[in-house]
Amino acid sequence: MNVKYMFPLAAVVVLMLLSYVGAEAGGLSALFGIVIPYLAVIIFIAGFARRILDWSNSSVPFRIPTTCGQQKSLPWIKQNKIDNPSSLGGVILRMFFEVCCFRSLFRNTKNELYNGSHLTYSWEIWLWVAALAFHYAFLVVVVRHLRFFLEPVPACVKLIEFFDGFFHIEFVDSIIQIGLPGIMISGIVLLAAVIFLFLRRILIPQVNYISLAADYFPLFLIMGIACSGIFMRYFTKVDVIGIKEFTMGLVTFHPVIPEGIGGVFYIHLFLVSVLLAYFPFSKLMHAGGIFLSPTRNLANNTRAVRHINPWNYDVPVHTYEEYEDDFREKMIEAGLPVEKELK
Amino acid sequence: MTELKPDELLAKIDRNPPASGWMDTPIEIRKGIYCYAANPKSVEYLGLPNARKWNPLEKDWKLPENWQEIIHNGFKERLEKFRTFKIFMDICVRCGACADKCHFFIGTGDPKNMPVLRAELLRSVYRNDFTTFGKILGKVGGARKMTLDVLKEWWYYFFQCTECRRCSVFCPYGIDTAEITIMGRELLNLIGLNIDWIATPVANCYRTGNHLGIQPHAFKDMLDFFVEDIEEVTGVQLEPQYNKKGADILFVTPSGDVFADPGTYTCMGYMMLFHYLKEKYGLDVTWSTYASEGGNFGFFTSHETMKRLNSKMYAEAKRLGVKWILGGECGHMWRVVHQYMDTMNGPADFMEEPVSPITGTKFENAKSTKMVHIAEFTADLIKHNKLELDVTRNDHLKVTYHDSCNPARGMGLLDEPRYVINNVCNNFYEMPANTIREQTFCCGSGAGLNAGENIELRMAGGLPRANAVKYVHEKHGVNMLACICAIDRAAFPALMEYWVPEVDVIGLHELVANALIMPGESKRTTDLRGEPLLGMEDEADE
Repeated sequence: MNVKYMFPLAAVVVLMLLSYVGAEAGGLSALFGIVIPYLAVIIFIAGFARRILDWSNSSVPFRIPTTCGQQKSLPWIKQNKIDNPSSLGGVILRMFFEVCCFRSLFRNTKNELYNGSHLTYSWEIWLWVAALAFHYAFLVVVVRHLRFFLEPVPACVKLIEFFDGFFHIEFVDSIIQIGLPGIMISGIVLLAAVIFLFLRRILIPQVNYISLAADYFPLFLIMGIACSGIFMRYFTKVDVIGIKEFTMGLVTFHPVIPEGIGGVFYIHLFLVSVLLAYFPFSKLMHAGGIFLSPTRNLANNTRAVRHINPWNYDVPVHTYEEYEDDFREKMIEAGLPVEKELK
Repeated sequence: MTELKPDELLAKIDRNPPASGWMDTPIEIRKGIYCYAANPKSVEYLGLPNARKWNPLEKDWKLPENWQEIIHNGFKERLEKFRTFKIFMDICVRCGACADKCHFFIGTGDPKNMPVLRAELLRSVYRNDFTTFGKILGKVGGARKMTLDVLKEWWYYFFQCTECRRCSVFCPYGIDTAEITIMGRELLNLIGLNIDWIATPVANCYRTGNHLGIQPHAFKDMLDFFVEDIEEVTGVQLEPQYNKKGADILFVTPSGDVFADPGTYTCMGYMMLFHYLKEKYGLDVTWSTYASEGGNFGFFTSHETMKRLNSKMYAEAKRLGVKWILGGECGHMWRVVHQYMDTMNGPADFMEEPVSPITGTKFENAKSTKMVHIAEFTADLIKHNKLELDVTRNDHLKVTYHDSCNPARGMGLLDEPRYVINNVCNNFYEMPANTIREQTFCCGSGAGLNAGENIELRMAGGLPRANAVKYVHEKHGVNMLACICAIDRAAFPALMEYWVPEVDVIGLHELVANALIMPGESKRTTDLRGEPLLGMEDEADE
């Protein structure tokens, strides 16, 4: 038994039971439906902001971007303006590709020792694919859920829903014949990507070795969220009208608990709340940190534009005068020019 | 040389992590991997803390009584002073993309050489000392207390990282292990845990101006020897200038090039180039005995020590009244010059924005720091046809090029040296794409690890580079590994001898000097090393 993933798994199971039993049998639906979600959102916003402020309060004494391409030097040498930007525009492009396309992860290679003597490098795309699939599927799912928080539902949300549901209708229906009104591909991709990321942690020995409980916990949490969501949508066919009534109540600050929305919904909502509240205290803050990472968000123009270190201070140095005092005789003998002649 | 044969070293690489978790796997400080402790005299000369004789293999490291408090406070201070440090402590998701990017991991299989785990050594203590979750959850939360064992682990593994930044290229958040190691070493230095290969060069540099402790008169003697050697090969008599006030340009290069082969030939290359430019175009270049070190092992000690050593360049440029500074071939020297110098010791407003007086090219990219890389300078000369070159004089060489880590990933100097190589020699072959440019592999001996006692580590860490050289050697018959770094020139001969004995090591400006037609030179039959040129074998013997 590996405590690193058993502990977070148990934690997520307990959280699920807690919310299910609490809301269904314990009569705590107001707690799980209203108090905790509000609290979670407050913790998320305040915690996120605090973390960003905390990072911003640390200085950036040196401009040390990691350069991943040709620098700007002589006019006839072609600069790599994205991977080695020298201007703000270049930095913005670099950050755009980093944040939206995971450019650095895209470079990933796999190294192997072949025949015990030859090192080989191959392009390792799957982590990038899974990471991209995971993040974008999550984004689509979140955007889709805006339908519950906005009235009337904006056209862009409807559009995304349309495309999200569009790809599979014929594909899935003709093969498996589930015959549901619409399967949202984003939910399936999200779950599949999370499972891939989890299996990677279990199966690749090095990744397994470095993984902490804090790496498994959010994976289980998101699995729980995705599963409960899928379960409600396709199996229990939850009362969507009732839920919308409830969520609109939350957004308009007139919360009400409607009848009969079911225990699974509370599991879903509670896990989302936990994820939100956990976010600012965890590695999930990479979402904010990536924007502040000094090796990526600074231009490589240190020799052209002086960077200022706010805490730069004077240090003891060995001056030329001290040096010459130390070696004057030998310098004169060797014919080296000196500032002061021998007395 | 290590007792392990190359085959045995390869056979030792075991990538399967141990059954016990990394926090529960104690370290064994092993001969061949660790470097000797700093000589107390050097530490004392620099005024750094806790100078005393100590031995890493002994149980008692003779630490100050309140060492935990010193580390904790030092940690806290650095979290506030460096955003990099704080963010890199917080946002790693342990995706593992960096794991097999480190040359030390590839060469040793030791899981604690995976960049992510090297950083976790610090992060685990960070969680315990500075985060609420870490305090509550303890080990399950990936946190652990700062104990003597943890400290020893830090020391052992932060001196198994060459700060090459290759992992940082692949990290989705740009987490830079060089930065982690720099902080780790700074903290260790607060309680007097350094290695001699770093501390003694730093002390030397502080006093004499260079790492090797070469005193001014001896520095001049050494260059005078090169004058004789050059005359023998070319028939031309050079007159290098030292500490000359009012010269156009101050030239600074690592002292390694003055001291040991094959760097000495690179040094001769600089001298010949400057002589050529003086004769043809009247360019006035001076060497300095005070600022006679481009390299900066202070960078491997602490930011403060780096600044102390680096200060000499601007101080000397100011004293001599030069227009700007030209820098020789060196790796970490250029990281310091490019990304730190102006910030630490600038502004250099006493100099002019660098312009090549020969071609009129403005080095816009260096207009604030006022220091130009010699590869930029020479590439510009060649582009404007200012050098007379006989390329065939490098025809006996089949050359490949190693991008030094720091100019590649801390600057982006990639195409300038290639342009020069392609214009001074006919046979140039690139190593495989995953091992060059921004993905270049470290020599395995950077960041102060070029000692003798850690030779096994160096040979293991250099494996990926050597393997790529071997590939082009077998495929194209490459017999020369060109580089623009003095540590490379010091480290590669041993590495090549171990893994690819048929390949020798050369600096960029040795290649330039071989091809450079000096005014008034006699017919050359050998290269700078006295090796016969292609087709000149008989004449060279005479």
